[in-house]
Amino acid sequence: MGELLVLIDHAEGQPRKLSLQMLAAANQVAGQTGDTVSAVWLGEGGAGAAEVLGRHGATKLYSWNSSDAFGYVTLPQVEALQQVIDTSGAQVLFFASTNLVKDVAARLAIRVEAGVITDATGVEVVDGKLQATKEVFGGELITRCTFADGVKQFVGISNNAFVAEETGGGAAELVEIDVTLSETATKAKVTSVEKQVTADRPDIAEAAIVVSGGRGLGSEDGFKLMEELADVLGAGVGASRAATDAGWYPHRYQIGQTGRTVSPMLYIGSGISGAIQHRAGMQTSQNIIAINKDGEAPIFQIADFGIVGDLYTVVPKLIEELKARKG
Amino acid sequence: MKVIVPVKRVPDTAGEKNIDPNDKTVDRDGIESVLCPINEFSIEEAVRLKESHGAEVKVLLMGPESAQPILRKALSYGLDAAVQITDDALAGSDAIGTARAIAKALEGEEFDLVIFGNQATDARTCVVPAAVAEILGLPSLTYARHLEVDGDKVVVHREHEEGYDVVESTLPAIVSVVEAINEPRYPSFKGIMAAKSKPLDVKSAADLGVDTSQVGQANARAVLTEFEQRPPKEAGTIVEDDGSGSTAAQLADWMQSKKFV
Ligand SMILES: Cc1cc2nc3c(=O)[nH]c(=O)nc-3n(C[C@H](O)[C@H](O)[C@H](O)COP(=O)(O)OP(=O)(O)OC[C@H]3O[C@@H](n4cnc5c(N)ncnc54)[C@H](O)[C@@H]3O)c2cc1C
Ligand SMILES: Cc1cc2nc3c(=O)[nH]c(=O)nc-3n(C[C@H](O)[C@H](O)[C@H](O)COP(=O)(O)OP(=O)(O)OC[C@H]3O[C@@H](n4cnc5c(N)ncnc54)[C@H](O)[C@@H]3O)c2cc1C
Repeated sequence: MGELLVLIDHAEGQPRKLSLQMLAAANQVAGQTGDTVSAVWLGEGGAGAAEVLGRHGATKLYSWNSSDAFGYVTLPQVEALQQVIDTSGAQVLFFASTNLVKDVAARLAIRVEAGVITDATGVEVVDGKLQATKEVFGGELITRCTFADGVKQFVGISNNAFVAEETGGGAAELVEIDVTLSETATKAKVTSVEKQVTADRPDIAEAAIVVSGGRGLGSEDGFKLMEELADVLGAGVGASRAATDAGWYPHRYQIGQTGRTVSPMLYIGSGISGAIQHRAGMQTSQNIIAINKDGEAPIFQIADFGIVGDLYTVVPKLIEELKARKG
Repeated sequence: MKVIVPVKRVPDTAGEKNIDPNDKTVDRDGIESVLCPINEFSIEEAVRLKESHGAEVKVLLMGPESAQPILRKALSYGLDAAVQITDDALAGSDAIGTARAIAKALEGEEFDLVIFGNQATDARTCVVPAAVAEILGLPSLTYARHLEVDGDKVVVHREHEEGYDVVESTLPAIVSVVEAINEPRYPSFKGIMAAKSKPLDVKSAADLGVDTSQVGQANARAVLTEFEQRPPKEAGTIVEDDGSGSTAAQLADWMQSKKFV
């Protein structure tokens, strides 16, 4: 029996939603292989999460309680994980398929001879081999990928592809680790961290609902309306490239081919035409609502519910309706 | 200073995309292929370093001979020379295999900075830049939305979900850039004409000393086994608002029926 490792992605001492979803993915595989699931927490605050990670199926929690984990670029995390892999003999690592974590997986894969499959939306064991499902080309194609024999298997899990589930387990057994960093690992320093997120609003990659605005908003002010709608729904706010290019909303919220990929339960696009480059980043959303005054806009081709109308008439009314229904 | 910009040939997002059912790789012939749009930002950043630091810039591409127009396109922005890695042994490489070949090519070049795109718009693994850095034992300052070179030091603002980290390291280093970093210019007519006669160095796996047991489809660690077209979506409900906003109530009903409210 082996261990399946899950690299916990966390912020402010709490595992991110995706981490609990990754544990669900790992549990599913463990159910087929008889392996156990171990969580790995790099950076401060791991011990405090033993309870919640245990409840979601982690039997062990490797924790490197050190501010060095994020004090230098990528390599401290790589070296700590390498140590856990070497001592545990684990063959499989699940990681958050998000930008900065992909770097950790990439560098580690070179060190420990692993293959890397990114952006997985499903995992299963077929004929004794781990297989991942991934949707590519903006969701146009659904592929299945696997690993070559004899290599370690790193699977990057996409946001919202799995449902976090409690397994009834008690707190994970805490295994504190100590890492001596190489000289190379401390070469690239993090000199400051600039937080720019608006408080209390989920990030678009994590959010179950994403409210997105485009050029049709007409001005930066339009995003105030988008934020108002988002806040009624507990949603994140995204934007088209036309809107981020105009400087109406920060680039980090751009959805699409050269922006970020979102796959929420519900996507609401207002004043967005639905150009192919935008669709490439959102068309795997489970439900799509479009509000656009041009009935010919391509976004209506993929909309589950579309309103042909002026967003400045419809959205304020929608906010009223939603508020009324929430009571 | 010397800069290298690795670029990828990708299918045009707006065009057809196919995976060859036999060898399970992207069918890149007979479809519209383009210079990866994100590489326009890495090229622009390199051109700026040419202007501000007198940098000498080479562009590097791994791909078949038919990808050469992509290199010429990159050169037309005013870059100095091109290197192409092309070999049947490299076809179908996974991200790690690709990184191995690119790293070997970089070992044979002099550079202070390598500027990647943060992703390529086709496979979008984002794995290549950091893997190359690991193989070469260099820092990977990826996802730059701002980049500054000062003497032998590079400072990068690394974009992430919550903001950005300011990071710094000595050169040589590997960076990748996001779209927010700059505004790419168009190639000038002069640039396009000059690109035709700029040096293009074509190298095989053997020329570079790539260990062919580590690259190519047969040696990929991550393998595509099956694919299918996504089933077509059912047509949705489309309503026309009469200007009164009354459709908002219908939409709210729908959202309620789906339990979003
Ligand atoms: C290489 C490349 C990469 C790209 N990457 C991306 C990307 O990552 N993400 C992205 O989004 N785009 C991307 N684009 C740009 C993309 O092609 C489109 O230009 C962009 O998505 C258009 O944004 P938009 O829909 O907001 O604007 P438009 O296409 O201008 O659409 C605005 C829409 O608003 C509607 N409208 C106007 N006023 C109102 C109103 N009052 N009420 C209701 N509707 C109204 C109009 O009918 C129109 O349909 C990329 C393009 C290229 C070439
Ligand atoms: C749909 C699809 C899904 C795939 N999924 C996986 C996967 O999960 N795991 C895996 O190991 N492989 C995967 N591959 C294979 C992978 O695309 C190739 O190995 C490819 O060479 C790396 O491309 P990338 O888009 O992942 O690069 P990225 O890491 O996203 O590209 C980042 C930057 O690296 C540079 N770059 C990338 N490729 C080249 C090149 N050939 N020449 C020069 N510079 C380059 C560019 O500057 C680019 O902007 C996939 C391929 C496809 C078509």
